[in-house]
Amino acid sequence: MDEQQARAYWQENIRTIMQLLGVWFIVSYGFGVLFVDLLDTIAIGGFKLGFWFAQQGSMYIFLILIFVYAKRMNTIDEKYDVNE
Amino acid sequence: MELQTLIYLFVGASFALYIGIAIWAKAASTSDFYIAGGGVNPVVNGMATAADWMSAASFISLAGIVSLLGRDGTAYLMGWTGGYVLLAMLLAPYLRKFGKFTVPDFVGDRYYSDVARTVAVICVIFISFTYVAGQMRGVGIVFSRFLQVDINTGVVLGMAVVFVYAVLGGMKGITYTQVAQYCVLIVAYTIPAIFLSLQITGDFLPQVGFGGTIQFAFDNGVREIPAGTYVLHALDQSFKDLGFAIPYTEGRAGVWDTFLLTVALMAGTAGLPHVIVRFFTVPRVRDARVSAGWALLFISILYTVCPAVGAFGRLNLIKNLQNNDYAVWTRECTADDLANIQAAQRAGQDTARMPCRGQWFATWENSGLISWLDKNGDGKIQIANGGAFKGKAAYTGERGASGERLISNEAIATPAGQAVGNEVVVDRDIIVLANPEIAALPNWVIALIAAGGLAAALSTAAGLLLVISSSISHDLLGRVIYKDPETGKSKLTDAQELMAARGAAAVAILIAGYLGINPPGFVAQVVAFAFGLAAASFFPVIINGIFDKRMNKEGAIAGMAVGLTLTFVYIVLNVFVDPSGTYKVFSIEATGIGTIAMVIHFIVAYFVSRATAAPPQDIQDMVESIRIPRGAGEATAH
Repeated sequence: MDEQQARAYWQENIRTIMQLLGVWFIVSYGFGVLFVDLLDTIAIGGFKLGFWFAQQGSMYIFLILIFVYAKRMNTIDEKYDVNE
Repeated sequence: MELQTLIYLFVGASFALYIGIAIWAKAASTSDFYIAGGGVNPVVNGMATAADWMSAASFISLAGIVSLLGRDGTAYLMGWTGGYVLLAMLLAPYLRKFGKFTVPDFVGDRYYSDVARTVAVICVIFISFTYVAGQMRGVGIVFSRFLQVDINTGVVLGMAVVFVYAVLGGMKGITYTQVAQYCVLIVAYTIPAIFLSLQITGDFLPQVGFGGTIQFAFDNGVREIPAGTYVLHALDQSFKDLGFAIPYTEGRAGVWDTFLLTVALMAGTAGLPHVIVRFFTVPRVRDARVSAGWALLFISILYTVCPAVGAFGRLNLIKNLQNNDYAVWTRECTADDLANIQAAQRAGQDTARMPCRGQWFATWENSGLISWLDKNGDGKIQIANGGAFKGKAAYTGERGASGERLISNEAIATPAGQAVGNEVVVDRDIIVLANPEIAALPNWVIALIAAGGLAAALSTAAGLLLVISSSISHDLLGRVIYKDPETGKSKLTDAQELMAARGAAAVAILIAGYLGINPPGFVAQVVAFAFGLAAASFFPVIINGIFDKRMNKEGAIAGMAVGLTLTFVYIVLNVFVDPSGTYKVFSIEATGIGTIAMVIHFIVAYFVSRATAAPPQDIQDMVESIRIPRGAGEATAH
């Protein structure tokens, strides 16, 4: 693998991480902490939406994010032929 | 069967299982001992990580904390799960590719410095010992509450068990015992939660019941809450009626404090050495990524049930206690009582308030976790906002008019304008410990809770002890003290180092046991210490090592020194010297200082590294190589 390829692989890796951590930040700190009172004005069933994100939803989304990351990285590894 | 017999049976059987696994998975080399030979399946590793991560505090206290704090408990739920996203994306895969045994290994090699390595070893030891002391204490408490043995005897028993499987099996033994321990603790946690959810809401899954509606109407002391009300609405309404300033689903803590605390817990989680090291045990980089996902899946089962248990527990306390006649509710069951309960059950009615159904209340009153002071002398229990009496319960040894344990403390007056005066003081741990009895589950479920609490404490203690022993035998002895100055490699043979690792583990267990028997008196506060230090030291130093090729030895050492000193001094000043807040800067809480120190660490490290020479070429090549998965192979010592 030449240097240019290595750089392209690393940039794609960073881009993937940034996108997923963006979602991670919005869901946890955005919905669960910073804008929780705003979201709480919306009720879904017995939950206020902000409260649900804070005590349930954020954790489900964390889980999805890790599995999406693992899958996308496997694809990227294969594309650049650096997979194991 | 008698409850005591069942508890001995469950705890004994689980201990025998752990020791059996340890003998089966005996470590034969340092690679086995430190990283289980590097061949652990990612799902198995995820499960072991979950057990490693979830401590006695997660199992016994977390639901109670969330129950007490309401929405403010969120910082702990999100902080202790969200860190796994950081771990999966920013640390685990690259550290796995790096392919060594310990976290100080990475710090020392990446920053080509034995000073950095030694600082890392000291951090590992300090963080892990503060944490392990709490675990041994947890073992002692479970023993004393469930088996009626002395706390100190409990600690010694716990030490003996950990000794056998950690010293003998190393990481290999620990990994497979942790899988067994995860199964025990998750079953013990979820079964009572499912029954509680079914009884209160009729929903099988606690996560669903949390947002569901209550099946039975109840009187909260001020008004009747009708059946069909949402659980959280019933709680909010009751909080309002009973004088609480803030409803259950709203927060008291400031946004900024919650934000800082959550960041510190997340970065701390991702930077805790005993968690990071678990990702060295899987065969490939791709396994490390997905294994973090499995770990979080297994952790989330407990962490998403936990806030539901907290809410159910809080609701149950109001619903079952309010204005209930103590003497009738907690008396020994007569044949008539039992017949009445069975008839009510057949008719689909709520039995929790019926005569003799409150024996759990008396049981936990006897062990000091619940106290009742009948302030208005009506023989009925009242629960509301505000304290019941001043100070810690001082029992006179006599029984009151209703048969309660008498307390000599001075009563606290009910706040003006509040309809109901509080008479009950409840230890937060009761939210988990008393659940099986409140839900009237069979005795074997109570026995299971005892085994589950021990599994949670032992699995975490073992993981921590292993990290302590490997940082001493591998990093300190192997890479610093007995380093061959010519080759830079260890002068110890593999067999010698393995012996040193076992010896270090044995000594660490003795120290941990001593700390468990003679707790420093501030176990709860030092946990904030462990997370703050991990967030301010390991998390940034590893991130920089991977993502900033230009980061050098000078930057890393300066960053760690500043991060550690700031966290240490701020916590000591604000927690131990003067908790009233004299030393607060910008009104930052001690719990959130790890976040600030982490940011300062990043800034200092950046500028110092740019002002000094770039790292040598071979280090820059190494950084290039850890960024690419191919060629991970087995982790190696040298």
